[in-house]
Amino acid sequence: MSLTLLPLLQQLVLVLAAIVLFLSFVLLAQTRLISAIHAFAWQGGLVAAVTLVVAAAGQMPHLYFSAALTLALKALLIPWMLHRLTRRLKLERHTESLQSPTLVTMAAVALVIFSYWLVLPMIQAELTFTRNIVAVSLAVVLIGLLMMVFRTQAVAQVLGFMSMENGLFLAAVSATGGMPLVVELGVAFDVLVAMVLFGVFFLQIRESIDSLDVDRLNRLRETPGETGAEGQ
Amino acid sequence: MDHYLTLPGWGLAVFQSLLYIALAPLLVGWVRKVKARLQNRHGAPVLQAYRDLYKLLAKEARVAHTASPLFRAAPYIVFTATWMAAATVPLLVVDLPTAAIADIIVLVGLLALARVFLALAGMDVGTAFGGMGASREMMIGALAEPAMLMAVFTLTMTAHSTNLSSVIDHHLAEGFILRPSYLFALGGMVLVAIAETGRIPVDNPTTHLELTMIHEAMLLEYSGRHLALMEWAAQVKLLLYGTLIANVFLPWGIGRGMSAAALGVGLAVVLAKLAALGAGLAVGETVLAKMRLFRAPAFLNLALLLSLLGLLSHVILEVGA
Repeated sequence: MSLTLLPLLQQLVLVLAAIVLFLSFVLLAQTRLISAIHAFAWQGGLVAAVTLVVAAAGQMPHLYFSAALTLALKALLIPWMLHRLTRRLKLERHTESLQSPTLVTMAAVALVIFSYWLVLPMIQAELTFTRNIVAVSLAVVLIGLLMMVFRTQAVAQVLGFMSMENGLFLAAVSATGGMPLVVELGVAFDVLVAMVLFGVFFLQIRESIDSLDVDRLNRLRETPGETGAEGQ
Repeated sequence: MDHYLTLPGWGLAVFQSLLYIALAPLLVGWVRKVKARLQNRHGAPVLQAYRDLYKLLAKEARVAHTASPLFRAAPYIVFTATWMAAATVPLLVVDLPTAAIADIIVLVGLLALARVFLALAGMDVGTAFGGMGASREMMIGALAEPAMLMAVFTLTMTAHSTNLSSVIDHHLAEGFILRPSYLFALGGMVLVAIAETGRIPVDNPTTHLELTMIHEAMLLEYSGRHLALMEWAAQVKLLLYGTLIANVFLPWGIGRGMSAAALGVGLAVVLAKLAALGAGLAVGETVLAKMRLFRAPAFLNLALLLSLLGLLSHVILEVGA
């Protein structure tokens, strides 16, 4: 089925999904923590919008509830909690530059192509309009993973994790018309609890190593001076 | 395509090319006026750009004694190449013989030709600023060109043609379709256009501050009619990019056929679109500050990423199913 034959609402779904993918790139390359949180909030809002449009286009009323839940949780509550946390940790002006931003971006582009290649047999087997969003959502998941690998700042890693969840939700909505309500509520609650736990965790990390740069957790000893003292 | 190659068709093409050089200063004047109003200044009249060109054309052209013949020839080459590039972009009507014989890759090539001679002329006299401006211009050009070509390929993959007339025809035949790839290609193209025409945040068209200038640095040694031609070429380039964005991404209203009504409507619509784009450019230049030069690669990387995503989303979302 080519794009020209789709109704306008379904074209809108494709456009929104593409913007979700773009926001994943923004998240990946964003150096300012606060801006990254805003990008994450926008991504959550767009996923909610996709859900809303899918609900309207496919006559699936239970998706309205999912859309509302996603909007409340991913676009408002979690970004707000992250915001509060960064303020509390005094990280508002924190910037973190990637080692080689161009290389990481190109890796993300490669991941998009890889996920398309992975989904290709599935698209050819079954043809409904939202199937090809699966490639996009898989790419969002993989880019979230890439973000967790390349970012050394703990809050940024959590953002990567949360955007992975966005990708999974997008896949569920577009491929199968949403998960059962119980599962959805469970996942939403899990994400919320994870967020609270991350918050506690940040404070703990901060207290023990005085920074949120998780690369410093790799080191066993703080200073070479201590090593010498223990050796004696 | 061959049926456009008729005498009236060529007449129209010549008329449209003349319209390009006639309208280019008007667009610049309009952008300056809007920008001045946004900054609470009264601003020069919209026609000031014409008066500047007239003044420069009437003045004597002085050439440095170290300049080679290339320095004198460059303004004519730059102006002609930019003008020819502009002639291939449909302004009023779609079906033009110039568009039939030159596609969008030729357009990019002609602009590259103009850029090479501009940079050579900048280096010719041997002043420090000229060389500096030339090297900066080539850096930006080298980064902008891939992004531009990528955006162009997104368009051509949809229309199955690299010819601008067929691309626009294809869009008009298709009607209104939301394409994710076009959204990205449009974003990439706008960023490239800003970088290529030397607007804020990449270059500041009004500055003569040596640390920041790019385009102006190459023109420092020019005077009189040479300077007029160089500035005119830059104005035509701005109009070219504006028309490219307005007519390729939002082709509605462009004339088809050669009737006077089609021409009139085409002119009115394209003027409205360009006025809106110019106002948008002025707003953008007012709210943004100029970036450091070393941030320009990041800016153009974003353009490349947008174009690349356009290409990918075309393949993934629009062809796959």
